[in-house]
Amino acid sequence: MDLFLGIDVGSVSTNLVLLDAEGEPYVQPLYLRTQGQPIAVLQQGLALLEEQLSPRDRICGVGTTGSARFLAGVLVGADVIKNEITAHAVAALKIVPEVQTILEIGGQDSKIIILRDGIVVDFAMNTVCAAGTGSFLDQQAFRLNLSIEEFGEKALEATNPVRIAGRCTVFAESDMIHKQQMGHTLPDIIAGLCEALVRNYLNNVGKGLEILPPVVFQGGVAANLGMRAAFQKALQTEIIVPPYFNVMGAFGAALLAIDHAAEYGETKFRGFRVSEIQFQPRSFICKGCPNACEVVEIRQGKQVLARWGDRCGRWGITEQDSSQAGRSNLKSIS
Amino acid sequence: MRITYPHMGNLYIVVRALFTNLGLDLVLPPPTSRRTVELGVRYAPEFACFPLKLNLGNFLEAWELGADTILMAGGVGPCRFGYYAQVQKEILDELGKSMEMVVLEPPDVSWREVRDKIRCLVGDISWWRIFKAIRFAWYKARAVDTVEERVLFLRPRTYEPHRLEEYRRQALRRIDEASDKREMDEILRDFNNQCRALPLRSGPFLRVGFVGEIFTVLEPFANYDMERRLGLLGVEVTRSIYLSAWINEHLFGGLLRVKGMEHVDKLAAPYLNSFVGGHGQETVGSTVEFGKQGYDGVVHVAPFTCMPEIVAHSILPAVSKDYGIPTLTFYLDEQSGEAGIQTRLEAFVDLMAARREKRRKENL
Repeated sequence: MDLFLGIDVGSVSTNLVLLDAEGEPYVQPLYLRTQGQPIAVLQQGLALLEEQLSPRDRICGVGTTGSARFLAGVLVGADVIKNEITAHAVAALKIVPEVQTILEIGGQDSKIIILRDGIVVDFAMNTVCAAGTGSFLDQQAFRLNLSIEEFGEKALEATNPVRIAGRCTVFAESDMIHKQQMGHTLPDIIAGLCEALVRNYLNNVGKGLEILPPVVFQGGVAANLGMRAAFQKALQTEIIVPPYFNVMGAFGAALLAIDHAAEYGETKFRGFRVSEIQFQPRSFICKGCPNACEVVEIRQGKQVLARWGDRCGRWGITEQDSSQAGRSNLKSIS
Repeated sequence: MRITYPHMGNLYIVVRALFTNLGLDLVLPPPTSRRTVELGVRYAPEFACFPLKLNLGNFLEAWELGADTILMAGGVGPCRFGYYAQVQKEILDELGKSMEMVVLEPPDVSWREVRDKIRCLVGDISWWRIFKAIRFAWYKARAVDTVEERVLFLRPRTYEPHRLEEYRRQALRRIDEASDKREMDEILRDFNNQCRALPLRSGPFLRVGFVGEIFTVLEPFANYDMERRLGLLGVEVTRSIYLSAWINEHLFGGLLRVKGMEHVDKLAAPYLNSFVGGHGQETVGSTVEFGKQGYDGVVHVAPFTCMPEIVAHSILPAVSKDYGIPTLTFYLDEQSGEAGIQTRLEAFVDLMAARREKRRKENL
């Protein structure tokens, strides 16, 4: 079978999705914790996928996305290296073709994407603050001794959500503790927190944007029932959570790989042996000028696969490496 | 008297030409770098905007090289820049690094003051020599812009971006060293020949207008090399303002017939009818202009907390809607994250490409 691989290496999770040529998942998507080791986790993920494949299966295209998209792209040999915003939009459009708004909250970033007639017309990302993203919810669940799943369910038991100051996570935490000491119930506090985070998201990330239905909610935080309910309440509209909500980035990257293969054929995929190769990443500070850029270098044995991080381009090994990866090639008008 | 001045993109080439020909002893600060930022940020008030911090860093680095006098631009109107010279002087005094601060207020406010200041700096030399020095510096400004415009055109087209950047660096260095106009013509000829040898992609390419607060637009360090990032993503960038146009408008009082910003102030109406300080009005007007010219999008940059650009930003959605031109705003300072900037630029490029593609399909 001809298969297409999508990889999303983010701050918190590393996700891998294998699609068939029709864009349907071929095996169960993988959701792994990155734990600060993107290379090791990516290799582990590839090994896990390989186990599930038959000898007749063949990878015909690879797309990468997420904050480590360039790194992942170099390691596996990606055909498409795409930013998270486009990847998420492509995935949501596949599942809900009429989608007009995408709410996406991941481990450390949150974004909103506005679409009209099937194309992205506006988007925003959190720029100054990570309040309300997955990492914070994780941390609060841990503090309250709940699993992240229980945390979301508890919110639904609330009868009277309390008002929590949600602009800053540090103050939100103090405020939650204060409300606990006052004797409010746990469900009311958790529901209150979800509402505060949604308010914060809509006021900061979503400010000035026209949020129209259908609204799709994706990213790891979409698993949280409390957050779903809070969005529903705030937007007064149905919130659609797609089946693979937590791996939508990887899903989108794989869809883009399908398109790419249709147009250009041949994949650059380096094969599943990538999972066994020893990669040596290292970083050094360039002393060429006072900018003191931190240059990262990925080696495989003696061969340098890629370098990045320099402002001036003097450390680039080839003209093509990473620098032009995200470019768009327009089709001619004629 | 050892004079220094704050960096703004390639302005140093022009300033060096001018000062050297006026017989002044110029101490050029080292190119703005992370060290400059660290110095500036350490001593500047946290909520001052990025230009103040970078200027201050430049002054401190120039002081280390023995500068004792600063030539600083002034300003009028609501933008805080107008009193940065005074604030910076206070900070330097407190640090025990006192330098003389000569503030050039814009000539549109008072020509006489500019004349007196120049006299006081250059001493007793003839007006003819001053004129010649200014003319020579002007040629350099034009040559620099010729190179920059060419690079903006070539960036999306070339298969060899590193080589193009190398040609650019070479050409700018040679212009900086050139001692007469003939030499500059030769440098431009060489540069053009080098560029002509580069293999190029065929189009079409996305076209983006680059607007915003002048310092952030012209100083690649302050805008995180946004022009180059866009170029590598396959976008042809047009700046709303070039160095020579800025010099003509702000230092020559618009005497020369160079395309500047005055006409865009008019285009800002009816969205923004009055001066809001800085380049807020120009930002709105330029966006209208790019919209009229059928550009694919506008990237708007400003220092974090910049009031005039915040005003402009709040108006851009209306322009965007009327002219069907998407806009993306970045507020930048030392806290900006490069990954976020790159991701948003890539997504914006995809957004513009999708709009083009949609239009293409509709036209078929």
